[in-house]
Parts: sequence; structure tokens; C-alpha cells
Amino acid sequence: MTELTRLSAAQAAALIASGEVSAVELTTAHLDRIGAVDGSLHAFLHVDTEGALAAAAAVDAKRAAGQHLGPLAGVPLALKDVLTMEGVPTTCGSKILEGWRPPYDSTVVRKLREADVVILGKTNMDEFAMGSSTENSAYGVTHNPWDLDRIPGGSSGGSSAAVASYEAPLAIGTDTGGSIRQPAAVTGIVGVKPTYGGVSRYGLIAFSSSLDQAGPFARNVYDAALLHAAIAGHDPMDSTSIDAPVPDVVAAALQADIRGLRIGVVRELNGEGYDNGVRQRFSEAVALLGELGASVGEVSCPHFDYAMPAYYLIAPSECSSNLARFDAMRYGLRIGDDGTRSAEEVMAITRAAGFGAEVKRRIMIGTYALSSGYYDAYYGSAQKVRTLITRDFTAAFEQFDVLISPTTPTTAFRIGERTDDPLKMYLADLDTIPSNLAGNASMSVPCGLSPDDGLPVGLQVMAPAMADDRLYRVGAALEAALNERRGHLLLEEAPAL
Amino acid sequence: MSTAYEEALARFEPVFGLETHVELGTVSKMFCGCSTTFGAAPNTHTCPTCLGLPGSLPVTNAVAIESTIRIGLALHCTIASWCRFARKNYFYPDMPKNFQISQYDEPLCVEGYLDVEVEGEVVRVEIERVHLEEDTGKSLHVGGSTGRIHGATHSLVDYNRAGIPLVEIVTKPVPGTGALAPEVARAYVTELRETLRALNVSDVRMEEGSLRCDVNLSLNAIGAAEWGTRSETKNVNSLRSVERAVRSEIERQADVLSSGGRVKQETRHFHEDSGLTTSGRSKEQAEDYRYFPEPDLVPIAPPAEWVEELRATLPELPFDRRRRLRDEWAISVLEMQAALNAGAVGSIEATVALGVPARDAYKWWMGELARQANERSVEVSELPVTPEQVARIVALIAEGKVNDKLARQVLDLVIAGEGSPDEVIAAHGLAVVSDDGALGAAIDEAIAADPDAAQKVRDGKVAAAGALVGAVMKLTRGQADAARVRELVLEKLGASG
Amino acid sequence: MPSITRADVAHLARLSRLALSDDELDQMAGQLEVIISSVARVSEVADADVPPTSHSVPLTNVFRPDELRPCLTPEAALAGAPATEDQRFRVPRILDEE
Repeated sequence: MTELTRLSAAQAAALIASGEVSAVELTTAHLDRIGAVDGSLHAFLHVDTEGALAAAAAVDAKRAAGQHLGPLAGVPLALKDVLTMEGVPTTCGSKILEGWRPPYDSTVVRKLREADVVILGKTNMDEFAMGSSTENSAYGVTHNPWDLDRIPGGSSGGSSAAVASYEAPLAIGTDTGGSIRQPAAVTGIVGVKPTYGGVSRYGLIAFSSSLDQAGPFARNVYDAALLHAAIAGHDPMDSTSIDAPVPDVVAAALQADIRGLRIGVVRELNGEGYDNGVRQRFSEAVALLGELGASVGEVSCPHFDYAMPAYYLIAPSECSSNLARFDAMRYGLRIGDDGTRSAEEVMAITRAAGFGAEVKRRIMIGTYALSSGYYDAYYGSAQKVRTLITRDFTAAFEQFDVLISPTTPTTAFRIGERTDDPLKMYLADLDTIPSNLAGNASMSVPCGLSPDDGLPVGLQVMAPAMADDRLYRVGAALEAALNERRGHLLLEEAPAL
Repeated sequence: MSTAYEEALARFEPVFGLETHVELGTVSKMFCGCSTTFGAAPNTHTCPTCLGLPGSLPVTNAVAIESTIRIGLALHCTIASWCRFARKNYFYPDMPKNFQISQYDEPLCVEGYLDVEVEGEVVRVEIERVHLEEDTGKSLHVGGSTGRIHGATHSLVDYNRAGIPLVEIVTKPVPGTGALAPEVARAYVTELRETLRALNVSDVRMEEGSLRCDVNLSLNAIGAAEWGTRSETKNVNSLRSVERAVRSEIERQADVLSSGGRVKQETRHFHEDSGLTTSGRSKEQAEDYRYFPEPDLVPIAPPAEWVEELRATLPELPFDRRRRLRDEWAISVLEMQAALNAGAVGSIEATVALGVPARDAYKWWMGELARQANERSVEVSELPVTPEQVARIVALIAEGKVNDKLARQVLDLVIAGEGSPDEVIAAHGLAVVSDDGALGAAIDEAIAADPDAAQKVRDGKVAAAGALVGAVMKLTRGQADAARVRELVLEKLGASG
Repeated sequence: MPSITRADVAHLARLSRLALSDDELDQMAGQLEVIISSVARVSEVADADVPPTSHSVPLTNVFRPDELRPCLTPEAALAGAPATEDQRFRVPRILDEE
């Protein structure tokens, strides 16, 4: 039989439901895999062996009692360390939360538990979700399974690496400027940012509240759809959560027929600064989509050029406020309290020591952008750009059902290559940011290996808000066609670990 | 008025403003379902949201919005058709998120007024805005001698109060009240409190902190075009303190200005014992709160029909009710004002409703009972005596069973908790002695003790009977009906008149 | 376009309660300057007649009923606290009045 860790989520769930494999067996196999390879990868910050085995045993008991098992029952999953899980350490990749155990579950975790998914542990990330390489983690970098000298993307690098290396068939990440899609692209798997408001943010430790969304990682589109369906839905604990039925992403992933679909290639999201290898694989994929019956055209979204600067004003502004609560008073790190210092001093010393450089930079930028006298020019203007970008999307979606672009301009760069140049690091988000600003749904699906370095290239599909199902339709169609050409999943070409 | 005060008003015109914070009496907090009851053990009414734990989110309490709209309507405000919450960012240990969810440039209610009566004149205090925000936790400062911040070694924070809905009502600056500024300020807070009580939105107890006042004051040189620098005084915890704080600040600022100094823009602290204010935090460099719209909450757009429905729920406003009662009771403006200041209007009204003539009801509540309340430093309505009991006493006087003097003793005992008026009369033998036989014995004794007076009466000098009546009253410990005694004395001595 | 001085950075650090070292202050000034310059161009297209977007989701009036929900035990609430006393969070002496 296929090695247990090579199973897709759907296959694993089916075997558990039929009784051929026990959930405990499956979880143990994945825990063993983590034990074998995570030393080199460092995808996990905390492996919850006890909790995972207990959850798996509960699934087996349910099965034995003849109870109904959902479509993901017993499937192991890696959870980005930005979502709260009661009693389990949650650090957000930061020293300031070292050792903190939340007293409550995030809604995403609650829904995963309700779906009988087995959470293996918490994965590494750029500190407070700020970064595109996971190099900003206070707990060390995660390595790309394709090449251990390279970054796995960020900020959800740990989750992406875990799935790409078969440590788990599923993972949850969060995406504020591309932090699910870009890691998915550079590790050769599927990553989705749902429509903003589609997945509850209750328990998602906030970086940029109006942009953050939790979403699925998986090795294929159908698995991602199953996970998406499990975590999406209205939550009364989140005022920004959409109160409408979740689009039927699973049906769309099965349907996978794009004949007659209108696909628009965004002119502004390609060109200078993009790897030749990326551009090549992207245009091949575009041609393939045409062959599959879609009608492909080009569209201009002129304000997308302003998306990056708008994002690098809005996100830091919101984060400067969201991160103010980490002040050494109620939880987390406290440094410098020698009995003589004031609360104000202890706050400042702790925050300076507990936050990394990128976080401090963004807090300062945000504080600046919101300052009186500067608000209109910076934050205020950025919010207007947001309106313009949304209008560009709206106009484009009148002509096209989905829009596409490369997910990120380059393949995985080397660890350490961009750490001295924050602006260069930010460029990794060029393609992904517009969807966060407008709140649309967006997916990265593998579209080939770069001819230059053999590393994965991702294609980004963008759909209007609440039309998440279109992503899965297109993603599944492309995936099927590429698999047919290749004979196998692209991921299977990754070097053995 | 002291000479210092008179001098101040000869040279300057006071302009005051009041910022009032009202804790709404909702069952649950503003943004979460924790209890709001006062006096619970520390940190027993907290949850991830009001503790500001990482990942928590706010969800708006519908009744808090309703109450705020009703307050705005009662204050003749315009209700916003669309508005938002905003984050007010600053660091302080009693603020779990280090930002307060409040409203900034889009308050829920604007441009209203409250009419108050001072010395028979109606003064219209204009209201600038009414908005909603969340309360902070409470700190206990330990180690210093006064329990205040100065000299403390550390502080202990209780977050039970954090997140309780707070309505902030801000007046426009009130000029033109001259020497009556302190009285007008007090009248405004009194009227506001009565109005809020009538709306049943808060228990408005200043001593418990559910109604808090900050007093702003500036002095203009008489005839000057520019307004003077304003100070803000906090810790004003009673109606009397409002009046005293205004008076004290007028004198202090006049003193500073008259000696050529400059009034500092600062926050001052009011001291109950001295009636004076001391310097607190300098507001010279106004804090930059970096307000921006709260991204975790969506805008509030109260539909016009809903606002009208709420308008229909408004009770008769206290100002209008007092006008009506004044006419019904046939009392003067000043008498009504005194009753309002003493917090006695409701008690009088209830007593009248039981059939007691208004003048009697007024006399008892504003006379004897107001005196008793004052002695005990409580409001008249807080005395442990009911309108029913007062009505009973008035009835007993009318029946001749007690006289005024005895009635006062009866009230004393009722307040002391010894029972109902009838019970107390029976227990202490406080009834008027009306048995002629018993009186006869006392009369004989009095005549025997004062034969001169008796002789004068026999001789036709009826006025001399007064001394004998007095003696009988003494002998009966005041429990005789004086008029009846006089009749019997004259009868006995064979005189008439 | 105002350039960001070391004093500006120090002010921002104070506002955000970050006790940066001298080296950090120096380094940050340069980095912030570069970043702020690159993002400043948002004002080029931010015309007066373009309304700002604070929410990509067009929701309004999301409320909850005024009802009690289970809360944390004081033990759970205080569990992560660096210091506690008398069932309260113990914090160092506070300088600022409020």
C-alpha cells in the first residue's frame, strides 16, 4: 500500500472510514515522519504528541461505535502557530509569547476538532506573520523541502514545508499579504486565501485585522477544498465574518471543467523583476488553460502598482495597534522588573527585547503613518488606494470570471539572501497583495518547475469575493491537466529528505 | 460668595464644559458576554475579549447601542445615520489592549441640548456629542501613603470593569453664566442624572462610579475676544463636588491670571476634603492617540424606523415632569428646585399618589426627612422610610392621634428600623393623650402647682391659661392635644374663650 | 517629503514603548526613511473624491444580544501573568496619572 504519509487527505479519510487503517496508526506514521525529517526542516515549533494521539484514538472509538465520521475524520494537520489552541503553547514565532498557553480555542481549531481532524502541532512562522521567508521567526528558520538552503516562503513557511515534506497532508496558514499563497508557490503545493470574512478570525492572533485570513494548505486541490469547507462559515464571535452560505468549493473542485470560463491575465502582475523561469512556466500554464477551453484574455488593473505601498502602510498601522497589548503586564515575557523600574520602563524594555527587528520596524512605520499630521498623507491615502484597487478588480471581473498571475516573481530564494534588504523582501508579495486589499478569494496552484533551477512555480487564481468556488474549479482543471502531462503530482519530483 | 470669588467674577467670565461618563446598566459588557455587576471578586468577570488576549475579537452589545440612541434622543440630539467605532491608542496597564475602542470623528449622537433651571431661570446647556466606548479596568496602587499613584511601589489590576459600556456625553463650552457657573454646572449634572434615571439606562450612582464627571474650566478676561486656557479637573465624585470644583477653579485661575501668570493646560485632581484642585498630568503636549477606524467592528447604521421606535419608548423627561408636578402641587420654581437637589421629587410624587395633600407631602419630605437625610449624608430617597409610611403619619395627624412633635419622634424610630408608624406608636406610647380623664389628672396637678395662673384665669385673664397648658404638656411629655387641654383648663376654671 | 531623523525615530519608539538601543535607533532611521519614501507615493492617486475603504466586507449593524456568556475562571485569566497578588495582576509602579 502507499506509504501512509504519502496518502492524500481524502484517501486517508476513506481508509479510516472503511477501517483499513486506524487513525492512531495514521497519526503515528506522521509523528514518525516528523521525527525523521523535522530536524533538518524545522517546520514545527511544538509537536503535540499526546493531544494528537488522543484525538486519533477518539476517532477510532467513534468508528468502532458506528458513529458517523466526517470527510476529514482522523486526518492529521499542522497548525500555524498564530492560531490559539487551548492549553497548547502559542508563540506567533515570537519571544514575547514564549511559553504562553492560551485559555481558549480559536474558532478554526474548534471547527477542526468538530471535524475530527487530528492536530499534530504548531508550525513555525515569521514573527507575528510579518515576512515572506520565515527567517523572521525568533525560533530559527524553516527550510524548504526542495532545497534545504532555501526559504520555504512566509509567513506560513512552517505549515507549507510540513505539507510539502509529507509531515502532514493538510495544514492551516494565514494570509495577510500572501503568506499562504507565496509559501505554497515556492514549495510546490496548493494554498488558498479565502474571501475576507469567509473564515473566522476569532483566535487568530492579529497582525493586520482588515487583511488577515486563515486558509488551507494541501498537496492537491480537492484536499484543499475539503479543508476549506471544514473551516469556513459565519461566526458570531467575529463581527467581520460573512453571514452567508459557504460557496460549494468541494463540488467545484470535483467539477473542474473550465470550458467557456473567461480568464484574465493581469498585465501589471508580470514583467520586470520576475524570474524568466517563472514567466515561462506561467505562460505555458496560460496556454494550457486556453487548450482546456477557457477563453483567455489580458486585462489592466492600473492601480495594482500602488498595492504594495498601500499594503506597507495599512498593515503596519493596524499591527502597531494590534501588538500594543504585548506589554509584559498580563501574559508573555516580562524583562527588567527589578523592583525599582516603572511599568512604562518594563514595557519598553520587554518589547524591545521580545520583538524582532522586522516587527519593530513595522510598529514604528505604523505609528508614524497614524500620527497626527501624517494620517491623511499615509494611512488615509492608503485606504483610498484600497478603494481604487477594489474598483480595478470590480471592473476586471465584469469582463472575466477569474484573473490570473504568477503567485510570486521568483522561485525560493536562498536563506539569508534578502535579510539585509527589507524592501527587496517585500517584493515577494507583489502579486498577492491586491487580493488582500480588496478582500477577494485567491489561490496558488503549482504550475511547473522552473527550467532554470528546478524549483516550484505557482500560478495565482483570483476570484471575486464570495466566489471561492471558481478558484477550485480552475485550480482542479489545471492540476488535472498538468498531472496528465507529467504523469504524477509535481511534488513527487522533490528530492527525498 | 467669598470675596476672592467676587473679585474673580469682577474681572473674568467663566466658561465651563462638562464631560460625563455613564456606565450603562446592561446585563453584559460592551463587546463580550461577561457580567457587569458591581462589587464582584477581582478578575471573576473576564474572558479573552475583555482581557484583550491575543486573538480575541469584540462584538457589539445591541442594547448598549439602543441605550445610547435613547440618551441622544432624550438630549434632543441628531442620531448619526452611519458611524463607526475607532481605536484610541495609548499605553496604560488598566487597558488590556492598550487601545480603547471608542468613537472619534463619527459619534453616534450630535448637536443636542439639556435645559436646566437655576434660581428660577432656564439655562440651555448645549450638547456637542454623545458616543459609546468601553471602560477600563481598575488599578489599586500599593505602597504609597494615600493609595494614589504617587509613592506607590506597584499596582494591582482588576479587569472586571474593563469592557463595561460607557457613554460619554460632552457639552459645548458654556459661557455667560457668570457668578452662577458653579450652580449651573451642578444643575446640569443633576438634570442629566435624573434624565438618565428616567430612561432606565444606568443606576447613575456617582459614589459607585457609574456616573463620572470631568469639569473643564477657563476664564476669559471680560470683553476679550479670545477664550482663556482651559484646565480639566477629574475625581469629581458628587454633585456638590461639581459645584465646588467649578468655584475652586474659578478662584484659582483668577488668582494665577491676576498675578500675571499663565494658566497651564493640564489635568487636575479634585480633593473632597479641601475642595481644592491639585495639578496632575500636564496636557501641554497633548497625547497623540493615533485614532483610526476599528477594523474588527463594522459600521453602525441605525435605520430611521428603528430610531423612531426608540423615540416612542422615551418616558416623560424629568424637566417636563417637574413642570407638570409644580403646577399640580402648586409650589414655586425654587421649591421644586430644592426638591430636585435633595433627590426628593420621586418620593413626594409617590406620597401624593397615596392621597396625601401635596403641601403636606412636600413639607414632610423636604423638612424633617431632608434634615434626617442630611445628617446621615444620604439622599432623601435613600432613607429607610417609604411614601406609604409618610402617608400613614399624615393621616394619623389628621385623625388627631399624633401631633407634629410626636410625628417627628415616630419618624425617627421608623428610620431607626423599629417598625411601621403604628407599631412604633404602640411600642413607645407615642399617641396623643386624648382621654379626658387622664388629662384631668394632669390639669389638676398643673393648677395645684401654679395657683396664681389659675386665679388669673378665673378672673377672666384667659391668656394666663397658656402657662397651665404648657405645664400639662410637660407633664404628659408632649403627648397631649394642646388645643383640647386648653379647652379643659378653661372649663375647669369656669372661664370661657 | 519629511526625512526621518534619529530624533523622530526616538519619538516613535517612545510612543510605541520600545526601548531601542542607540545602534537600533541609528539603523532604524535609515531603514524607515527608505521604506516611508517608497510608500509615500500612495498620495499621488489618493484624490479627494475617492472614499477610503476601512472594510472590504460591506457589512453593517452586526450586534449580539445583551446576554451573559460563560467567562474565564480567575485562575485561567491569571494563568499567564508574570506576577499576581490577591487575585489581581501585579504590575510595576505606574508613573502616569489617568
